[in-house]
Amino acid sequence: MNKNFNIVITGVGGQGLITLLDVISKAAFNKGLDIKTSELHGLSQRGGSVSVCIRFGKKVYSPMVPKTQANLVLALEFQEALNGLEFASKKTTFVINNYQTPTLGESVSLRQVENNIKLATDKVFVMPFSEICTKELDNQVVVGVAMLGFAIEKGALPLSKEEIIQAMKEIMPEKFWELNLKALSLIKEQKE
Amino acid sequence: MIQDLLKPSGKAILLGNEAIIRGALESGLQFVSTYPGTPASEIGNSFYKIAKQANVYFEFSTNEKVAMEATIGASFSGLKCLVAMKNFGLNVASDSLLPFFYTGSKGPTVILVADDPSCHSSAQSEENSRGFSYLGHIPTLEPSDAQECKDFTKLAFGLSNKFKIPVMVRLTTRVAHQKMPVVLGNLPKTKNLLGKFVRNQKRFVTMPPRVLEMHQELLEKMVAMANFSSKSLMNKVIGAMGKEKAGVITSGVAFSHTMEAVEIVGVKPTILKLGMFYPLPEDKIKKFIKPLKKVLIAEELDPYLEKEIERIAKSVNPKLQIFGKNVLPEVGELNPDNVAVGLAKLFGKVYAPKVIKSIKKLKHLPRFCTGWPTCPYWKLYAAVKQAAPEGTVFGGDIGCYMIAALPPHSLYDYLFSMGSGMGIGHGVKKATKQKVIAFVGDGTFLHSGIPALMNSVYNKSGVLLIILDNSITAMTGHQVNPGMGKNSCGEEIAPVKIENIVKALNVKNIAILDQEEEYNQLVATIKEFVNSGETSVIIARHICGLLEKRQNKK
Repeated sequence: MNKNFNIVITGVGGQGLITLLDVISKAAFNKGLDIKTSELHGLSQRGGSVSVCIRFGKKVYSPMVPKTQANLVLALEFQEALNGLEFASKKTTFVINNYQTPTLGESVSLRQVENNIKLATDKVFVMPFSEICTKELDNQVVVGVAMLGFAIEKGALPLSKEEIIQAMKEIMPEKFWELNLKALSLIKEQKE
Repeated sequence: MIQDLLKPSGKAILLGNEAIIRGALESGLQFVSTYPGTPASEIGNSFYKIAKQANVYFEFSTNEKVAMEATIGASFSGLKCLVAMKNFGLNVASDSLLPFFYTGSKGPTVILVADDPSCHSSAQSEENSRGFSYLGHIPTLEPSDAQECKDFTKLAFGLSNKFKIPVMVRLTTRVAHQKMPVVLGNLPKTKNLLGKFVRNQKRFVTMPPRVLEMHQELLEKMVAMANFSSKSLMNKVIGAMGKEKAGVITSGVAFSHTMEAVEIVGVKPTILKLGMFYPLPEDKIKKFIKPLKKVLIAEELDPYLEKEIERIAKSVNPKLQIFGKNVLPEVGELNPDNVAVGLAKLFGKVYAPKVIKSIKKLKHLPRFCTGWPTCPYWKLYAAVKQAAPEGTVFGGDIGCYMIAALPPHSLYDYLFSMGSGMGIGHGVKKATKQKVIAFVGDGTFLHSGIPALMNSVYNKSGVLLIILDNSITAMTGHQVNPGMGKNSCGEEIAPVKIENIVKALNVKNIAILDQEEEYNQLVATIKEFVNSGETSVIIARHICGLLEKRQNKK
């Protein structure tokens, strides 16, 4: 079986999934790893369901994560965690943002989502990342970065905070550094 | 990333579309024309930012046919050209595309087309542009990843130069929108952008009887290119044949999925990776399939390769068992999993990963922007619903406002292709006594909406056309268009006023209203115009919320 590290990020268009993908891939790139990502642009950006894949390791072929092979799923909207489920197995860590945008018809509750995902894995973390980012940073766009920081804290990503910070500095304009650095360490500060 | 496009050397993470740009720049590109369309949009967006620094001429043309013609003219004048578009754009360009293979190119020319299997960002059909390869005898390369996007673009320029014919590079979403580390080559130091058109009627004028000779010459070029293709390393065999005598023939992103599937299923087929889809390397294929007992053709959408290989097998290996669309889907894109299913079947195995079923098939639908910024289309569609008489037929078109087809609006009664809302509305109006309101965005109106409006006036159908003027081509990422007062080179130009075009077409009822400021008047005007029996136009003018937010930030 292949030993690549596979990340799936799900959310809705406009939540900054592509920036998050760029940061993670740059950090992996700086370590000399092979990378493939897959992303979607266009109409789906306008508030619709979006999911992106990031894979890194020795040699990556497909840009898409095969079923049951995700190591980490970041769900920026909690219902969207369900769109990560096909990639999940026992080894998968889910980090879920307790934040909801409406869907057509009946919504699913956070508890339903959690119960569904727990059929695949015990490693499910849910926090109100959006609420915390709004409260502490007055900004929701960095919610993905806060979740990434949390995943690193939990040891769910084979990249260090320093490596992520380096990558952020390389790809983001300097005026955004401070906000993103704060977001990256936000959840840890909360605990202390 | 875009800032790496002009990096002198080394390695950089590039999007497939960016790697196409880099490959073109490394080849000494001089001239680029395009019309935005996802999944090819980033090509224009990036050139818009870097063209000056990269010393290439770049333009967003008014539509794909015009973009194609711009490149044809520049190629005839000796420049090295790239023209890029999405699949449906190639349909628009096709009238000028086909003769270009009869005349051939003078300056080496690459045509980039991006398909979108699974229609992630495409509405009208799950088009497979490989059909055009047969239709026009179009030499076609299919990169499988971002590195190959760069390498194959260079190869395509080389082939175009050698055979004096344009070469198409065909991507799909998962190639165009993937990122990977790409090894960069050297960028040429200096470049002259000045060409010269040298009269050569025999070459550039397609008229009978000469046009038939040109057809013959094109077929001869294809024979020569097929021979070249059989020798080219673009088409390569990976892995020796095992005792099962099983092979896979694949191309494009399906190759990457195949390599993944080989690991997942734990089998060892020999793989023929085709970089050139047309003309096919027949000799190489013959050699590859001759000793095989069975072969899987892993290709997305229509079974073009499969049919070719069935044909070739008849002469060299009639007993060959061919697996293709009997084990792989013909609708929707391929991925590592469905290829693994097919590959397992080839080896008499079963691949069934233990997936936990989701309690709900969850889908957030795209919607008009809400909150800050707010999309001006909310108010517009509210006004339309309030004003339109019962039984009105609503015609959609291509752009952000396609979203009005979805709930909560669920408005359109038909939705087709660029500029067709009015064209089809005219037909409905002529065939019935029903009222018709068609919608078109400012970008789409300028792309292909004008002839349809002219037709409605000329043939007197009395459709009400609402032109949604948000002053930008919004959906594909805010590209400039002729209505904006700025061109692709960043020069200030006199903006094309849509109302002037409409007036010039002799439309009698014309109103320009801002749905945010003049809502009640808009409702009244829709009622008046739709009941007038005349072809009428309302220009609903309010700036795109995203654009307004961006402008305020500056």
